[in-house]
Amino acid sequence: MATVEPGTTRTGRARELGLLVGAVVLGMGAFAQVELAMNDTLPADFYLSTAGLIVLATALHLLVRRVAPFADQVILPVAVALNGIGLAMIHRLDLAEQASGRTSELAGKQLGITAVGVVAAAVVLVVLRDHRVLRKRAYLAMVLAIGLIVLPFVPGLGVANYGARIWISVAGFSLQPAELAKIALAIFFAGYLVTNRDTLALAGPRVLGVQLPRARDLGPLIVVWAVCLAILVLQRDLGTSLLIFGLFVAMLYVATERISWIAIGMVLFAGGAALAAKTFGHVAARFDVWLNPMDPAIYDRAPGGSYQLVQGLFGLASGGLFGTGWGQGHPDLVTFAESDFIIAALGEELGLTGLLGVLMLYVILVQRGFRTAIGVRDGFGKLLASGLAFVIAWQVFVVVGGITRVIPLTGLTTPFLAYGGSSLLANWIIVAILLRISDAARRPAPLPVRGGSAPVIHEASATPEEDADDEPDDAVPYPGPEPDTQATEVIR
Amino acid sequence: MSELTITLLRLGYLAALWLFVLVAIGVLRRDIYGTRVSTRATEHRGQRSRVTTSTAPSNGPEPRPRPSEARATRLVVTDGNLTGTTIPLGASAILIGRAAACTLVLDDDYASSRHARIFPQGDQWVVEDLGSTNGTFVGSERLVEPLVLAVGTPVRIGQSVLELQR
Repeated sequence: MATVEPGTTRTGRARELGLLVGAVVLGMGAFAQVELAMNDTLPADFYLSTAGLIVLATALHLLVRRVAPFADQVILPVAVALNGIGLAMIHRLDLAEQASGRTSELAGKQLGITAVGVVAAAVVLVVLRDHRVLRKRAYLAMVLAIGLIVLPFVPGLGVANYGARIWISVAGFSLQPAELAKIALAIFFAGYLVTNRDTLALAGPRVLGVQLPRARDLGPLIVVWAVCLAILVLQRDLGTSLLIFGLFVAMLYVATERISWIAIGMVLFAGGAALAAKTFGHVAARFDVWLNPMDPAIYDRAPGGSYQLVQGLFGLASGGLFGTGWGQGHPDLVTFAESDFIIAALGEELGLTGLLGVLMLYVILVQRGFRTAIGVRDGFGKLLASGLAFVIAWQVFVVVGGITRVIPLTGLTTPFLAYGGSSLLANWIIVAILLRISDAARRPAPLPVRGGSAPVIHEASATPEEDADDEPDDAVPYPGPEPDTQATEVIR
Repeated sequence: MSELTITLLRLGYLAALWLFVLVAIGVLRRDIYGTRVSTRATEHRGQRSRVTTSTAPSNGPEPRPRPSEARATRLVVTDGNLTGTTIPLGASAILIGRAAACTLVLDDDYASSRHARIFPQGDQWVVEDLGSTNGTFVGSERLVEPLVLAVGTPVRIGQSVLELQR
């Protein structure tokens, strides 16, 4: 027989501040080492960038203290650390480009986008006071997602780069709307599945001990599969279709606990991938590159050769166990080292040890997302948090797997590290939503489970103000510091 | 810069990175939140009683005390997917339903979001249906008005059965 009792909750904001200091030190330490290695001095704008990063991190930390005092204390520092390391590597590649006579100012742009992303995260935290309001907007989110995905087809707006039509160009800024669409899709899937998961999980025949879904319940899966294939065909974007399909299958599994959905999903994807590899030259080329990168014919092939992948592998190899050190290697030899291949660049300069450290940061981030999903009490929040955490994990797997030749290379960005505005913006919004859900998850239960004993809140300064906005009916206002009022507060 | 400084900086950065990772993990290790489920020493008896109650509900291993002499100390779920969950009784009422705000949150399509509550009145505990769709049953009677709940009387809410125990 088990007893359920409330645990004591610490807001942990002081720990978050401590970790944030470490995160900023990591980012700026990398920046300083790059400068010292390549220019032997610290430039004037080093202190400016340092101040910028400190201001951004502090502002977000203070905001979290105010609007989400119980939010997870590790998510924000890890995001800042990854972002800082990414900025340092992009700056390092800028310097290498400038040394060879080209102009490259990507780091400055990326810092600007970081600021935009942090502001977007702050706006999400302030506006979204309860993640459950998103559930009511699930179908709006679906319309938004589809709108964003088809945006690159709008004439005059969409731009095709490197064979993929996934960018739009507005007033000189190019944007990848699919990055934002993935958040909207996660919201829609969570809203849809929380309503329909019982029929998806329970109805249907059992075959060989596996619960199969009914044919009509397969409908949504088929529709999403078809949409992904359409993206693959029309936009020539393997990455996005892989991302959306993986997200949907993962969320189906979280919602229903049925392995059969994963099996069906994998069969469908394998079929789709095989079909695509047969039909489209660019997909077939990716498979060639993956399987025989060292073949001279494939290495030298003009478009779609394995040059980039092999250079990345050589970079990782020359990094060895401890790396060449910041600014000491030649990561600029790889094309797109600042975006698609930033993991290879980091692997070269930080070595296996550093790369595993960076991957550990992702593991922590994803673990916090799933822990939040377990801790939060409403089904929609659980699905949304696990979906968003899965998106980060899946993107890291697809990118790192592609660079290390575990799977064929696809064009997805490394969250927070890679150069790219839409991706960074989207990931900061994901962090904000995860912070919001984790605030709901870690906040002490409105009613103590053991009668009479109120949940202990440690930092007195962290008492949140009452939410006055339109909360759903079943949301109970935070009880306030006096335990006496609790019983009457809940039973209305 | 000398070769030594560069090497020290390079390795120092890796150490700092891993220190950050380990400190973050250390913070996570201490960050235990939510409810704590502690297993009682009578684990074996508890499991056996669960099995027997599901096969022969009327013949549980624990002898039921007569209502008058007992003062309930806990609310126990004896059937349904939360079987075995125990809620210690204190001074405040217990709200049961599907809503996340309830003390006992049932994941059950047949329960309403605020289904019923059990509250103390003097020495006794009273069960009250909060206008649920599918009703609250004490024994086989559907509850229409608040009823004093005796220790050991099964209360059915949706697919779950609860009872007060000493």
